[in-house]
Amino acid sequence: MKHSFKNFLFLVLLFSAGNILFTGCKPKGSGSAVASDAASKVYVAPGKYDEFYDFVSGGFSGQMAVYGIPSGRLLRVIPVFSVDPEKGYGYSEETKPMLNTSNGFIPWDDLHHIALSETDGVHDGRWVFANGNNTPRLARIDLRTFRTAEILEIPNSAGNHSSPFITENSEYIVAGTRFSIPLGDKQDVAINSYKENFKGTVSFISVDKTSGNMNIAFQILTPGINFDLARAGKGKSHGWFFFSCYNSEKANTLLEVNASQKDKDFIMCVNWKKAEEYVKAGKGIKKSVRYAHNTYSDVTHSATSTMMNEVLMLDPKDCPDMIYFMPCPKSPHGCDTDPTGEYIVGSGKLAATIPVFSFTKIQAAIASKNYDGSFDGIPVLKYEAVLHGEVQKPGLGPLHTEFDGKGNAYTSFFVSSEIVKWNVESLKVLDRVPTYYSVGHLSVAGGPTKKPWGKYLIAYNKITKDRYLPTGPELAQSAQLYSIDGDKMKLLLDFPTIGEPHYAEMIPAELIAKNSLKIFKIEDNKNPYAALGDNNTKVERKGNEVHVYMTCIRSHFTPDNIEGVKMGDIVYFHVTNLEQDWDIPHGFAIKGANNGELLIMPGETQTLKWVPEKSAVFPFYCTDFCSALHQEMQGYIRVSPAGSNVPISFSTGKTTPDEIPTK
Amino acid sequence: MKASIIKMTLALAIASFGLFSCGNEGVNKDEKTVDLQDLTKNQPEQHGSELKESDIVVTNPLNAEWVKAGQAIYNLKCQSCHRLTGDKLVGPGWKDVTKRRTPLWIMNMATNVEMMLETDPEAQKLLEQCMVRMPNQNLNKEQARTVVEFMRSNDGEK
Repeated sequence: MKHSFKNFLFLVLLFSAGNILFTGCKPKGSGSAVASDAASKVYVAPGKYDEFYDFVSGGFSGQMAVYGIPSGRLLRVIPVFSVDPEKGYGYSEETKPMLNTSNGFIPWDDLHHIALSETDGVHDGRWVFANGNNTPRLARIDLRTFRTAEILEIPNSAGNHSSPFITENSEYIVAGTRFSIPLGDKQDVAINSYKENFKGTVSFISVDKTSGNMNIAFQILTPGINFDLARAGKGKSHGWFFFSCYNSEKANTLLEVNASQKDKDFIMCVNWKKAEEYVKAGKGIKKSVRYAHNTYSDVTHSATSTMMNEVLMLDPKDCPDMIYFMPCPKSPHGCDTDPTGEYIVGSGKLAATIPVFSFTKIQAAIASKNYDGSFDGIPVLKYEAVLHGEVQKPGLGPLHTEFDGKGNAYTSFFVSSEIVKWNVESLKVLDRVPTYYSVGHLSVAGGPTKKPWGKYLIAYNKITKDRYLPTGPELAQSAQLYSIDGDKMKLLLDFPTIGEPHYAEMIPAELIAKNSLKIFKIEDNKNPYAALGDNNTKVERKGNEVHVYMTCIRSHFTPDNIEGVKMGDIVYFHVTNLEQDWDIPHGFAIKGANNGELLIMPGETQTLKWVPEKSAVFPFYCTDFCSALHQEMQGYIRVSPAGSNVPISFSTGKTTPDEIPTK
Repeated sequence: MKASIIKMTLALAIASFGLFSCGNEGVNKDEKTVDLQDLTKNQPEQHGSELKESDIVVTNPLNAEWVKAGQAIYNLKCQSCHRLTGDKLVGPGWKDVTKRRTPLWIMNMATNVEMMLETDPEAQKLLEQCMVRMPNQNLNKEQARTVVEFMRSNDGEK
């Protein structure tokens, strides 16, 4: 009897499992089952390429990861806001300035959101932007090299979360401060004087059409609230920007409770074309403030950090009709514009509905001054007047919304751990699928653009738990790939990601692959320390600095025997990779170096700073397997005591001792 | 009793899996005409197409400008592995190379090393001796021709 009860239990379990699978076919099914042909949908045969690149935030790793979709294969981790020993980023003298800020060198930040450059509201495959969330910064990555080409610090900001969302012709990316803070000269104020002394800003950063170079065009001074996320208008709403805000209570402590008091917070609508007019009319006030602007050159193969000292600030009290607040229920998080630019979806993360605002109605409410009072002197539009409608009972904890270009929206729900598909016009819920677990951001291919590519949706989850083989307390992050071609979303694949994936964007591979650089031409190398050919290799003493101009090629260094370094010297190894063949980098490592190692791409020069700590002979070698004789790619450097009379000498292929000069 | 439960279980399981397959429209992969593998070949790399005898004209006296240009390329891209004497370093020394090899062979080796290592018995023999695949050093046909001129000069031609 006991036995058959067990069997019965087993049967019940199996039956319910079957039901879960089965419900995938039902109109209102949970879709928890993986599609039975999922394997063939995500299989990319050996040697074949994926259909999409997926640029994924590396979250608290500070980096950006690149995956192939639909396979979910990790293709590259691009170092952005953190040092990366795999690439030498932040270790070589050439890359260190990229991580310079007004606070000095910062080795580790937190990267949240991705913005691919656009032309006419469509991905153009030139650059990808990302925000540094902790020490406010923006980065531009060149998609020819998959390297960080520029980092711009954002002053008068604290926690650059509401960033780097982009306008439809990449005119601007934005940076809204998460924390409001005291600004200006007197920042030493009581924390509980928040309401009086704390202010927010949103910055508009222009992007040069040719070079991509970023510049803070203007900042807008705002009430002391928290900015969360943002989206540019597009099409009919091009010229406007929408920022979700919370903490309109202006709490300075225990925000979990104190910033959740009001029924509604705001979406801030910025008429940036109007702001441009005010800038032209000279309404901007120059504010003194220090911030770093770092650029990397693929010609000198080195970064330059320039300290800037001024920004232009627009104060809404001098600039009427530039910003408006739109009430939005309960601490809105996502703030997403649909492909037509008509609808703005606010996701109140504590709300039970999803409000959808109409740009046409916003314009009408502004024209007729249909206000519901003001907030710190800024008009608040009447909620009912600007509302297209609310999605009723969509799920718990709506966070972000993306679009498929067929009139559908997909919203992630953190608390109920699901993605809900709904129609933007009718506001009807069409489908829902579970995520594993607690989805944060989601991404549809081209989802934030005017013409989404559609086809795939990826959930980036906050909790992994049991999705993969356990690896101790710390787990890989969990992402799920869904097909959205049909009426129903279909789960295809789980794949692990790095750091914590916040936002991500997918782009068709052909827009990028064809421009991907294979080598740096050695003839174009203008690094001042490059050794262009073995005739230019040398070891030079300048006071207590010793500069080694070294070349490498399969499979030796020139020079590979160096003497004459003394204790107290600072040695700079300037290593030029003479290779011109794709995928033949060389590494450079020297025993005991407490400043890292190098990885040098074909045609590139990189520099390792080394301060020897004892008198001895130190070996160095190539760390990146380069040929059958890679294990032979090595050399020695001799360090003599301070005051020693060993002269500077260097050689390759020389086996007889140097003459010791007689005194 | 037991047997019938198992039977039922099986039946239900089969039914469930059978029903499950009804929702499989999934992703329709577009058959794209664009060939990604091909798209990525448009690079500054100069992996040339095979040169023919008719592509190369060798005359005397030597073209002094070419000799100079060829030497500059040698200094930047070849010297690390090839001595101007007969001594082997990583690759063979260049002394008398123009007497051992035809200009066509040398230029194909310089611009089209992958093809040579796949098809040319002499190139394959060298790989066995040197154990390092000669790297593609991104030379085009014209540049390779100047290197040949420099080699001729190195071999004493006027």
